[in-house]
Amino acid sequence: MKILVCISHVPDTTSKINFTDGNTKFDSNGVQFVINPNDEFGLTRAMWFKEKQGASVTVVNVGGPETEPTLRKALAIGADEAIRVNTPATDGFSVAKQLANVVKEEGYDLVIAGRESIDYNGGMVPGMLAGLTDANFVNNCIGLEIEGETAKATREIDGGKETVSTSLPLVIGGQKGLVEESDLRIPNMRGIMMARKKPLNVVEPVEAKPETTSASFEKPAPKSSVKLVEPDNLDELINLLHNEAKVI
Amino acid sequence: MSVLVYTESEQGQLKKTAFEVASYAKAVADQLGTTVTAVAVNTNDISALGNYGVDKVLNITNDQLTDFNAKSYALAIQQAAEQENSKVVIVSSSADSKYLAPLLAVGLNAGYASNVVATPSSTSPFTVKRSAFTNKAFENIEVNTEVKIVGVSNNAFGLVESMGSASVEDFSPSLPESQVKVESVDKATDKVTIADAEIVVSGGRGLKGPENWGMIEELADVLGAATACSKPVSDLGWRPHGEHVGQTGKPVAANLYIAIGISGAIQHLAGINASKVKVVINTDPEAPFFKAADYGVVGDAFEVVPELIEKLKAFKAQ
Repeated sequence: MKILVCISHVPDTTSKINFTDGNTKFDSNGVQFVINPNDEFGLTRAMWFKEKQGASVTVVNVGGPETEPTLRKALAIGADEAIRVNTPATDGFSVAKQLANVVKEEGYDLVIAGRESIDYNGGMVPGMLAGLTDANFVNNCIGLEIEGETAKATREIDGGKETVSTSLPLVIGGQKGLVEESDLRIPNMRGIMMARKKPLNVVEPVEAKPETTSASFEKPAPKSSVKLVEPDNLDELINLLHNEAKVI
Repeated sequence: MSVLVYTESEQGQLKKTAFEVASYAKAVADQLGTTVTAVAVNTNDISALGNYGVDKVLNITNDQLTDFNAKSYALAIQQAAEQENSKVVIVSSSADSKYLAPLLAVGLNAGYASNVVATPSSTSPFTVKRSAFTNKAFENIEVNTEVKIVGVSNNAFGLVESMGSASVEDFSPSLPESQVKVESVDKATDKVTIADAEIVVSGGRGLKGPENWGMIEELADVLGAATACSKPVSDLGWRPHGEHVGQTGKPVAANLYIAIGISGAIQHLAGINASKVKVVINTDPEAPFFKAADYGVVGDAFEVVPELIEKLKAFKAQ
């Protein structure tokens, strides 16, 4: 089985978010970048398929050279090779078009992408990639088994979960639950050394005009300070929620 | 050239979010000087949509759409948009709508803006404000394609009634057999879901163990709220993953979010920032959550919550 794992290069979850150039660009100054957490669950599931059932695992990212350390980390975790599509990730649609081109060129049985990246939260790349490559698609995937050409996937739905069956080729939008958090891997020294020798292929982009553009960013308005209520005066809390905040 | 809106239903009944996206679609249609057409799938009673600004309903009754299937639903909405020559398509932020919208975007060659929190600030260029960086910031995004898809964040716009009635037209999309088959669904139908909830009651490690969740559920029952939890709680297996709110869990955009025994890690705060009013109950006055909260009680959850439940019961009985 040939597996492609799409890797988004995102600010660490603890990052403070700021903007520059008149609030038109994300300020990456001092920000640590990581593998998008939803993608990391998918990468770990791909490693499970590789080790238990036999599979080759390629990781791919659409971005400039600054994303290569993130791809190297994925290689150190155990992916066999990496592809970087050499163009900035602008909007979701153009990223999906670049990824679709890689899928069409190389042919993969299973494509795993995170259900959304934790920076722009667009949540559109896996679905668009499935649409552009005419593959079957399961989003919010929290469980995946593959037997031959048949896949059984569990996905989270509002208020519960459902199990679906489908066939390869398949794109999934993965998330927490796809593997246990304790199964996530930290690259060890041997993995890091081996990653240096693994291929990281840089491919040039196809033409894909952005369908959306970021005009500007803004931060939420600063909050007024908290109103504290004494624990023996909960009537006051109810009064505030009813009459002031008008939420109960 | 009407604005098209997909109105979701569950077991034949329109969901509350259906009326919210209809209200939003009406506001956009007014900006564009046009009408609103709704797509309803296997819905028993669609008459109420007229009260939220819908002029026409394309009513689909189709056995192939009994189980939700993203590709088939996207194709049905695509064919409706093509028939109506719609340039703007509105969907909600439910798991199902977020599942189908990217497929619809490919089908209609449309730009898609998700997590949108306000009506367009401009219709030319078509610019909407959306939440990004897990609610740590907003992005003003221009959609450059001829057809635009807008995914509206839950509880961001609210319900706006407008007196009217909708005409109904049966619509029969042409759908191939689905390649993704639903085998089983495991869903607690009597519980409010986090996605639909106006109020969310959430517990953290301060609750000390899963055996203490009874009071969280009771408080949620009194308020008609959904229950949720912090990441450590779902990691410890005290509560299911589906209840974990935060940056890598579910985002919560409730009107009221009550956090009990949660200190307020940056990833958790990011996930609940879009909620309008936040209440924190925690023994530690230095807990970072108090800086993000509107109201706070410094106290022991095991004393405060049972008393709050009793007082709320009395308040509700008034």
